[in-house]
Amino acid sequence: MSDILLEVKDLKQHFPIRTGFFKKTPLKAVDGVSFTIGKGETLGLVGESGCGKTTVGRSILRLYEPTAGQVFFDGEEVTGHNIQAMRKKMQMVFQDPYSSLDPRMTVEDIIGEPLDVHNLYSNKKERREKILELMNYVGLNSEHATRYAHEFSGGQRQRIGIARALAVDPQFIVCDEPVSALDVSIQAQVINMFEELQEKLGVAYLFIAHDLLVVHHISKRIAVMYLGKIVELADADELNENPLHPYTQSLLSAVPIPDPDIARSRQRIVLEGDVPSPLHMPSGCPFRTRCQYATEQCALECPTLTDRGNGHLSACFNR
Amino acid sequence: MSMPLIRVQDLHTSFFTDSGEVCAVNGVSFDLDHGEILGIVGESGSGKSVTAYSIMQILASTGKIVDGHIYYKGEDITQWKDKQMRDFRGKCCSIIFQDPMTSLNPVFTIGNQLIEAITLHTDKKGKEAKTRAAELLELVGINEPLRRLKQYPYELSGGMRQRVMIAMALACEPDILIADEPTTALDVTIQAQILELMQKLQKEMGMAVILVTHDLGVIASMCDNIIVMYGGRICERGTAHEIFYNPKHEYTKGLLRSIPNVTRMKEKLVPILGTPINMLNLPAGCSFCARCDNAMKICLTEKPEEISINENHKASCWMNIRDAVMAEGGNTDE
Repeated sequence: MSDILLEVKDLKQHFPIRTGFFKKTPLKAVDGVSFTIGKGETLGLVGESGCGKTTVGRSILRLYEPTAGQVFFDGEEVTGHNIQAMRKKMQMVFQDPYSSLDPRMTVEDIIGEPLDVHNLYSNKKERREKILELMNYVGLNSEHATRYAHEFSGGQRQRIGIARALAVDPQFIVCDEPVSALDVSIQAQVINMFEELQEKLGVAYLFIAHDLLVVHHISKRIAVMYLGKIVELADADELNENPLHPYTQSLLSAVPIPDPDIARSRQRIVLEGDVPSPLHMPSGCPFRTRCQYATEQCALECPTLTDRGNGHLSACFNR
Repeated sequence: MSMPLIRVQDLHTSFFTDSGEVCAVNGVSFDLDHGEILGIVGESGSGKSVTAYSIMQILASTGKIVDGHIYYKGEDITQWKDKQMRDFRGKCCSIIFQDPMTSLNPVFTIGNQLIEAITLHTDKKGKEAKTRAAELLELVGINEPLRRLKQYPYELSGGMRQRVMIAMALACEPDILIADEPTTALDVTIQAQILELMQKLQKEMGMAVILVTHDLGVIASMCDNIIVMYGGRICERGTAHEIFYNPKHEYTKGLLRSIPNVTRMKEKLVPILGTPINMLNLPAGCSFCARCDNAMKICLTEKPEEISINENHKASCWMNIRDAVMAEGGNTDE
């Protein structure tokens, strides 16, 4: 199928952690993740902190060198390919708009840096024109090009980060919690901008966030991660109406819904305990320690992601 | 009419900084009754936390209550001496902070910190205090309480630490519990655990709760009454039902439009334009008028008064005042 822009195959990212004087234990941040993203599509990636969702985004861009697995972009393998050429097509927007911009650079230089790196202009005038065009694109006043990042509010800084990602005209952007540091009223502005840019430029997103309402709103399909594995992947509406995996069910029921009648009438499935440490993963299914349906089989083998019809994938023996 | 537990009257709290006076709270009044769960919602910088801190009088050194009164069971606590306030905190009113990682002292054990609160505020000492500490941990759903008492905060997860904070706050069975963004730093599934715990404890102990948060979802599931704040003022107040289904202030309407709607998920969001106001430089009129789509001339120059929409609902917006005047058949020359 030629509609597939990005394909991730059995991606693994293990970090060696010193657990003793001579002993190192691999921390399996991402442990065998596979998915595809179509051209101009948004895939949402949700999960709790420490489940490896950010690491997936970073490994795709090879900000980390993946331990195992392959990433194909437009049919070409990213792993082992020239990174610089790949990064012209794939970019990233970071979570924290305060620490992801260099405080000693002007906005013009921040947005211009990718243009410099990839030699995307022939003279200074062209560079400046491109920068001003990008600033207008993301709704920044182009008169502010000579200002520094600290002179902008959180929402505006996030716009600078997005303009920087768009500078090289990428086909794919990893958005790592791009709105979670922003106030509610500003969040909507930035989410709308992501949607408008997608309509205009046809760019695809991997939208990583922990806010399920936002992810449901922006994504076509959603993948749910738990302890380094994808436990469920389905169309956004299908996932919300008909979650199959017990973890997804409890996650969805725990989301606070801003509607008093719905919030008070529904049944919350409250999970017991905390997420196990990724250094001491439970055997078999990673979720079995908190799962109400866990059986003996769950402790012995790890369930694989299988299709339950209409592209709804779930990794559970019992559901 | 019976006396409210807490009555805040025309509270003004300011911070005196190098760049001038920041009026964080500008004339906030509300009542809190026994056993009520009151939600205060607003964006960062709206003055919601400062209002809560003013009740406890735990403002930063640059902050001061410049005007207004806070009555606790009829007594004005803004006039109280430090010693009286120390008794008030803990025994009558306690607080849970946002970040359970930084609000516990990392160099003392959980038991140490919990027992300290108990011995300071009650006459329990030594073994008795320790037993009480273990009881409290059990109450907030921590297993093996005696072992936990010997542990340090770093050995516990975020959700557990927040439970310890709640145990500490409940040590003296206060009448009022202030929860300042209690679940913002936690994951959704842990957030659900903590909210459920707070609801359960509130029912059992019958205390009043002030829940300060920016999360409309948390407010919707927890609160009886809601106060919406913007720019240090209350723009709207009412029952949860009124605020969510019949919002009357333009800011509240904007907030509800800017979050994804559960029933109409794929509809485009309508953001509130502009940026939050600069608290150093408050406008003469309504603080929201610079971002309001329906701002009128009068909004720029005069602060709107709070008017009743119905018995459970009040809003301060010129639109409602105009509508009320028009309904009476008066002249509406703006």
